[in-house]
Amino acid sequence: MPRLASHPDEVKIVSRRFGMGAAKIDRYLKLGGYASAKKCLEQGPDWIINEMKLSNLRGRGGAGFPAGMKWSFVPKQSAKPKYVLVNGDESEPGTCKDHLIFLHDPHAVIEGTIIAGLAIGAKVGFIYLRGEYRYLLEIMEKAVADAYAKGFLGNNIFGFDTEFQVITQTGAGAYEVGEESALMESLEGKRGIPRIKPPFPAVVGLYGGPTVINNAETIASVPHVIEMGGAAYAAVGSARNGGTRLFSVSGHVEHPGVYELPMGYNLKKIVYDVAGGIRGGRNLKAVVPGGSSTPVLLPEEIENLGMDFDQVGKAGSMLGSAGVVVIDDQTCMVEFALRTISFYQHESCGWCIPCREGTDWLKKSLTRFHDGFGEAKDIDNIQYLAENMLGRTFCPLGDAAAMPTLAFVKKFRKEFEDHLNGKPCPFAKHVELAVI
Amino acid sequence: MSPRNASSETMTLFSPQLAARFDALVQKYPAKRSALIPMLLYAQDEVGYLSDAVIAEVAERVGITELDVRNVATYYSMLRFKPAGRFNIQVCTNISCMLLGAFEIYERFQEELGIGHKGVTPDGVFSLEEVECIGACCWAPAIQVNYEFHDEIKPELVPGILDGYRGRVEILSDGSLSPGWKAQAEEKASDA
Repeated sequence: MPRLASHPDEVKIVSRRFGMGAAKIDRYLKLGGYASAKKCLEQGPDWIINEMKLSNLRGRGGAGFPAGMKWSFVPKQSAKPKYVLVNGDESEPGTCKDHLIFLHDPHAVIEGTIIAGLAIGAKVGFIYLRGEYRYLLEIMEKAVADAYAKGFLGNNIFGFDTEFQVITQTGAGAYEVGEESALMESLEGKRGIPRIKPPFPAVVGLYGGPTVINNAETIASVPHVIEMGGAAYAAVGSARNGGTRLFSVSGHVEHPGVYELPMGYNLKKIVYDVAGGIRGGRNLKAVVPGGSSTPVLLPEEIENLGMDFDQVGKAGSMLGSAGVVVIDDQTCMVEFALRTISFYQHESCGWCIPCREGTDWLKKSLTRFHDGFGEAKDIDNIQYLAENMLGRTFCPLGDAAAMPTLAFVKKFRKEFEDHLNGKPCPFAKHVELAVI
Repeated sequence: MSPRNASSETMTLFSPQLAARFDALVQKYPAKRSALIPMLLYAQDEVGYLSDAVIAEVAERVGITELDVRNVATYYSMLRFKPAGRFNIQVCTNISCMLLGAFEIYERFQEELGIGHKGVTPDGVFSLEEVECIGACCWAPAIQVNYEFHDEIKPELVPGILDGYRGRVEILSDGSLSPGWKAQAEEKASDA
């Protein structure tokens, strides 16, 4: 079982029940569970959406769209059934927070799904987990069955004249399916290729019906927003960024782990205090702040950086999925860039040409570079390729590959130049040297 | 090919439990086709891979063409069309794991097993795969063996992990080999 980390600066809201056996429904009830869903049944959809808007809860999947506003876009009247879709396809490298939510607090996901359903008038919610999370899917399935047995799901939930069904679903290995429109395609039993927007899912979504799609962490936060009240939840975070965030801190730190910290918490403190600083007394070279698709930051850029969507955006990167990857000074950034791009090349669904061809050429160029066959003009070519991928694809996967590439080349140009003219990688550990 | 089991109405490749599960699965969604991806994965778990016969039966159950099933199945990286080892070792080498030595671990598995990416050992016990992020970044370097996670591993732990799984094969071969294992053994026998 994955190790739980803790730190005194943590504000435990979503992770409050981690390690407390809350996957068992009776335990979850003892810990105050399902009270928020009952309250929402009494208060009605307008009240729920208002509390959600007050909470400033923004999408935890990475885009940071205000959840309350997203819910309010769903038309009240609809000829087709409406749906809630919970995105647990967690696949962004550096991110493992939903893993812990499904493991320790599956009922919070169910309760949040019920509340989202009440808010938009949906009768069915889907909870989609990536295929690799089989043991977590089994935990979720057990939790759903227990909730049905208690009458919290079904035709008359909590004894009210309201129907709500929850269906769990497994993926089968695809990063792209984490994108909301590709997720709907996958759930409909198709290849996970993105749909063009508009129409947005809130209008035309799953099976053609209006659909609200939220990340698992967003949904698991919802019962807490209701319990605390939207305004109190918002007060925990920073301006326009309500509540807390589960930061997955990984890489070269002394104490990697998932830490729940208020929005706006300082990134330098995350690296040096919360995660215990750089491993083995080495120095910091760079930090990827929000999963592998977010542009890398230099040590001087994290000094006064508050980790919320707006501040990280202003610093030229993104909060993304809050997967903080810490890189020490013994790491080759060309190799790091290559591994990052290899991932996007592997995961590009091939639908949009700039992404399919762009990721492939970036991988080829970076491989050649790291093997010692790079030429000076390749550095500019890599940049040119990445610039021409930006904004030219249906979904953000093309951008997710291009943005970090641009940052690697811009911020570590010297390291790229150090690989020129057949020079061996200065940090070579396991690279086959291509010098002839 | 595994023997066909009689199910309630039709002949099926799958165990009675799995056939019953599939009967329920196609009823579960607003559209039958939504059952396709879980069905393929669960079928693979039992049979070992998506054989032509598996694809034909799944197509019939979902009510779409075999071509359509293949079109979808080839998209998903966990689905395979050839048998893997009884224990499929998936080594994550994505960034968080790479920073903490995933390549060394991957190399150690290659040395111990004598196979590379997507290779299968001659005895069919193990297969090896270098995979993308498996969502265990804070417990890196991590691997998955079938669906089991192993966190914070080191190269020197590799032989012990392999021994643990070898031990489980012996228990299984004592009368209760999994169908995945069986399918592969039979295919080997027919090749020979």
